[in-house]
Amino acid sequence: MILRYTFQRLLMLIPVSFSISVVIFMIVYLLPGDPIDNLLRVGSSAEDRAELVARYGLDRSLVVQYFVWIGNMFQGEFGQAIVLRRPVADLIAQNLPYSLTLGGLAFLFSSTVGMALGTVSAIVRHPVLDRFMRGFILLGSTVPGFWLALLLILLFSVNLGWFPVSGAGGWQSLVLPVLTIGFGGVALVARVTRVALLDAQREDFVTLLHAKGLSSGTILFRHLMPHALLPVVTILALRIGWILGGAVTVEFVFGRPGLGSLLIRALGQRDYPVVQACLLMLALAVMLGTLIGDVAQASMDPRIREKKS
Amino acid sequence: MLSVRDLGVAFGMVQPLSGVSFSVNKGETLGIVGESGSGKSLTAMSVMGLLPLSGGRITGGSVEFDGQDLTKLPERAYRKLRGGRIGLITQNPMTSLDPLQKIGPQVDDVAKLHLGLDGAEARARTEDILGTLRIPEPSLICERYPHQMSGGMKQRIVIAMALAADPDVLIADEPTTALDVTVQAQIIRLLDDLVKERDLALVLITHDMSVVAQTCDKIVVMYAGRAVEHGPVEEIFDRPRHPYTQALIACIPRGLDDATRLTGIEGTVPTVLNYPKGCPFHPRCPRAEAICATDPPEFSVAGDSAAACHFAEVANAQPA
Repeated sequence: MILRYTFQRLLMLIPVSFSISVVIFMIVYLLPGDPIDNLLRVGSSAEDRAELVARYGLDRSLVVQYFVWIGNMFQGEFGQAIVLRRPVADLIAQNLPYSLTLGGLAFLFSSTVGMALGTVSAIVRHPVLDRFMRGFILLGSTVPGFWLALLLILLFSVNLGWFPVSGAGGWQSLVLPVLTIGFGGVALVARVTRVALLDAQREDFVTLLHAKGLSSGTILFRHLMPHALLPVVTILALRIGWILGGAVTVEFVFGRPGLGSLLIRALGQRDYPVVQACLLMLALAVMLGTLIGDVAQASMDPRIREKKS
Repeated sequence: MLSVRDLGVAFGMVQPLSGVSFSVNKGETLGIVGESGSGKSLTAMSVMGLLPLSGGRITGGSVEFDGQDLTKLPERAYRKLRGGRIGLITQNPMTSLDPLQKIGPQVDDVAKLHLGLDGAEARARTEDILGTLRIPEPSLICERYPHQMSGGMKQRIVIAMALAADPDVLIADEPTTALDVTVQAQIIRLLDDLVKERDLALVLITHDMSVVAQTCDKIVVMYAGRAVEHGPVEEIFDRPRHPYTQALIACIPRGLDDATRLTGIEGTVPTVLNYPKGCPFHPRCPRAEAICATDPPEFSVAGDSAAACHFAEVANAQPA
């Protein structure tokens, strides 16, 4: 049952990925400026320029360029970076692990800490704690990552000297970026967990669970938590994309290698193949995240499994 | 078996329930009737010790079960009674089971918890009970999820959960309100049989006077958080002495009658925030006089029944 559901969701990704690939391809050409300007020496002639344009296939129509590009993508051929003059695949392979480590840790951090905070605040229901949580959630969902990154660097790196200012050395260099990216996630997950738990507590069947003689702890972990997890899983799945997106600026601020830094650099130089490949990676990650979230939800909730299969 | 005396319940400063008394013995069915908002369900929750869930507390009176006052029972000991010796059946079977879990485990829990059975023993017992409740193919049902079953079937599952640990008392809070009429009759008959077969004490909470007439031995009529009349069911139906009871009985539809069709009671039940002074029913009462608006009536006893009305004696002479 769950396999069939997964397969169906996978099929649905095909039209989605197609549309995304078109958008990614086009959006790059809408940017002003082009990569050839970055390659030409001052004083180059119009002929030099035309020759370069032809070498990278930029003189063909957009439609042809798109199909060439997407055809190459299918063969795992990401092309050659125009400005960086290296295979795009190499650049991605070099940078992706950094992003995955950072994103994975930030995801882990925001889901575990967020769920723990949300659960505690749903159970304790103390007015002071409530107010603290609300403030925290507001901060977490509004403070921009790059600004928080700067504050953290000022405090922990410059003033206290606990962590390096930038780079990707040991685990120490991961602490601040993970905190920065995870912060918003912690607040969001805490809020969703809290609300979902409080909602679940109000369900009719909870009265009957108590009437069976179950203890509050058993009811919380065996019955309320699974219910609360449903919306949390959805949020976390959407968060995968958000975390990668957030990583783009945060990687840049912390001077870490990664998909984000690569993307920003490539954008600055209008290095189309690199930008397209990075965007495609991010889009794939978001789609995968959503897929995982859907499948996880279906495996937890029999009602979803049946409705959509 | 179970005896409630002068029970009062408060939520903060509000007192939605006061002065409710009744008792029920083994093999006996007690009906608690009244319109919505009269405090019937609150009474059930008080007996189950589940008021704190909704933020309420017992302010007075006692709930005596098997010689101990439950209002003074610590939570840990109360948990052993809930589901173990006092079973609860709730109103809406569509929402009273955990939608994420299969039926089997939800019923098994009770026997595991209260009878100390292991998984296989509890499942055997579950299938056994489902069988006695006339549920076909119990072993298949155990593997189903709640949303795959009809309302009547789910209510039987809820009844099975309430019965799994062989309780002494069953509290059924509007067990048929959310069901189809045909299923209603089945469930009521089922409960009636259970009382006889298992020597249960059943507290049947309902707003349906005809159900009460069919199944109950005794009845408590509630209005605006108070008991207004109680007694053996024949006495109450033959000689209702409280005008509210009379009105309720007059509202029972009697076949396809000519012009009268359905009758109702004028006005609405007061909410807890505007309970009237004096007799709570006086604003809707056809025979109310000045005293009814100022002095709360005492119970006037006649035979085995009692009615809280200033004119209980007079009313007695003119049955509805």
